[in-house]
Amino acid sequence: MFHASPWRADFPAIAALQRQRQTYLDNAATSQKPQAMIDALAHYYSHGAANVHRAQHLPGALATQAFEASREKIAQWLNAPGPNQILLSHGATSAFNLLAYGLEARLNAGEQIAVSALEHHANLLPWQQLAQRKGLELVVLPLTAAGHVDLDQAREMIGPRTRLLAVSQLSNVLGTLQPLAALLALAREQGALTVVDGAQGAVHGRQDVQALGCDFYVLSGHKLYAPEGVGVIYGRGEALGQLSHWQFGGEMVHQADYHRATFQPAPLGFEAGTPAIGAVLGLGAALDYLGALDTAAVLAHEAALHAQLLRGLRDREGVVLLGEPEQALASFNVAGVHPADLAQLLSEQGVAVRAGHHCTMPLIKRLGVQGAIRVSLALYNDSSDLQCFFDALDNALGLLR
Amino acid sequence: MSLPSAAAQALAEFEVLQGWEARARLLIQWGERLEPLSEAEKTEANRVHGCESQVWLVAHAHGGTWHFRATSDARLLRGLLALLLVRVNGADSAQLAQLDVAGWFQALGLGRQLSPSRSNGLNAVLKRMAQLSAR
Ligand SMILES: Cc1ncc(COP(=O)(O)O)c(C=O)c1O
Repeated sequence: MFHASPWRADFPAIAALQRQRQTYLDNAATSQKPQAMIDALAHYYSHGAANVHRAQHLPGALATQAFEASREKIAQWLNAPGPNQILLSHGATSAFNLLAYGLEARLNAGEQIAVSALEHHANLLPWQQLAQRKGLELVVLPLTAAGHVDLDQAREMIGPRTRLLAVSQLSNVLGTLQPLAALLALAREQGALTVVDGAQGAVHGRQDVQALGCDFYVLSGHKLYAPEGVGVIYGRGEALGQLSHWQFGGEMVHQADYHRATFQPAPLGFEAGTPAIGAVLGLGAALDYLGALDTAAVLAHEAALHAQLLRGLRDREGVVLLGEPEQALASFNVAGVHPADLAQLLSEQGVAVRAGHHCTMPLIKRLGVQGAIRVSLALYNDSSDLQCFFDALDNALGLLR
Repeated sequence: MSLPSAAAQALAEFEVLQGWEARARLLIQWGERLEPLSEAEKTEANRVHGCESQVWLVAHAHGGTWHFRATSDARLLRGLLALLLVRVNGADSAQLAQLDVAGWFQALGLGRQLSPSRSNGLNAVLKRMAQLSAR
């Protein structure tokens, strides 16, 4: 069955890529942008850029107003209690670094940080390095064969020494939704802080951070149809109070002397330097665009395409999926074929998919593969994109086998 | 340095090809002709890092000229390595330093394989060759 995307024409790059004979299926890496978002960026830069939270002049006031309006939209989008619980970072990676440095003073040698075995380097390395700096133990929660955190083992491993749990919502390699409710409850029982990596999860369905009940939720603008350079940290009230200031300079300062300074509370106190103003406005515009869509229809479309992707892969001899993907993407290998060879022949045919370790080297090693090809979907993809991919896959395998 | 005869043959074979499929087929064939490395030579010291696939490179100097051998677990990369080796083997250090490798792959119709976003490892191999031959 052909699944058309009614939103495809909202993304001018899709037609441009098509003219270059490119089929874009690397959406988990970054997304194409809707015209409405591009227009908002162009409007800001062509009507008067200005720095925020600094100047008295009119352009500065307008920029600050628009910037804070974006923060408000993000808060609403995530159902955060208020905009002061939304910190704007320069991306998901910088968000995790902010959290790891900001929470450093709360953690003591001998305590534990728990992460899952499928974390992206961005939500692994900041904790790993923090553990090394402070003499903490990094506990890695194992996965089931399907690709979920194994709850039985997690129950054993999350204990009184666990001070923090950092875990993904949707795996960027396995496409599996993690059992967050149960995991967060285990951490909460121990009084541990919880950090959820929503870089992938936030792109596929509306999230309610209060219902989720995590202390921190992180997302990445560029994956959510917005520009690069902006990431979001939602923080629960008390949890935000535990963060120490990390990067210093700019308007995060309250009072400064040569030898001492005091700092603003959240959110401004955690936004050192000039923020990515344009990107933040772009994220607000992207959320306006998404908010006007029928979310149920978007999710149904993505689910139908995902099912089509899985069916096509499972129909082909020798294809081995990584885990049991549930949403948005699938990673696979083909028996007897090196993923680098397959990736090269797919790109020769204009199919943009990702090959390699997907910034999860420990997971790839644990799965015992050399890498994998990942196909990842966005709301503008349609069945023709999948057909291009499958045709290219068949051609490539014809040559390589 | 004039084109070694094996390189001239590669050029003649590749120049006439049209389309990615024919090129990939021939690349695979060239990869199969690669002089093998023994298992003992596939050491960590001979590994070239910075590639998506595993690559090993061994260098020998005979009377002032270089002779490289290389292999990979990826078939297309083996082909690219074979095409590189026919061009560079037999050169002395000065010639190697001068050699226009990008121009060579361009002439073969494989210029894109050297683009900076490619993680296929060819660039990492070139860097290692330059290090080995500069010593
Ligand atoms: C699960 C996950 N976490 C974190 C990141 C990092 O996001 P960013 O590019 O915004 O730093 C990514 C993106 O690659 C991701 O897929």
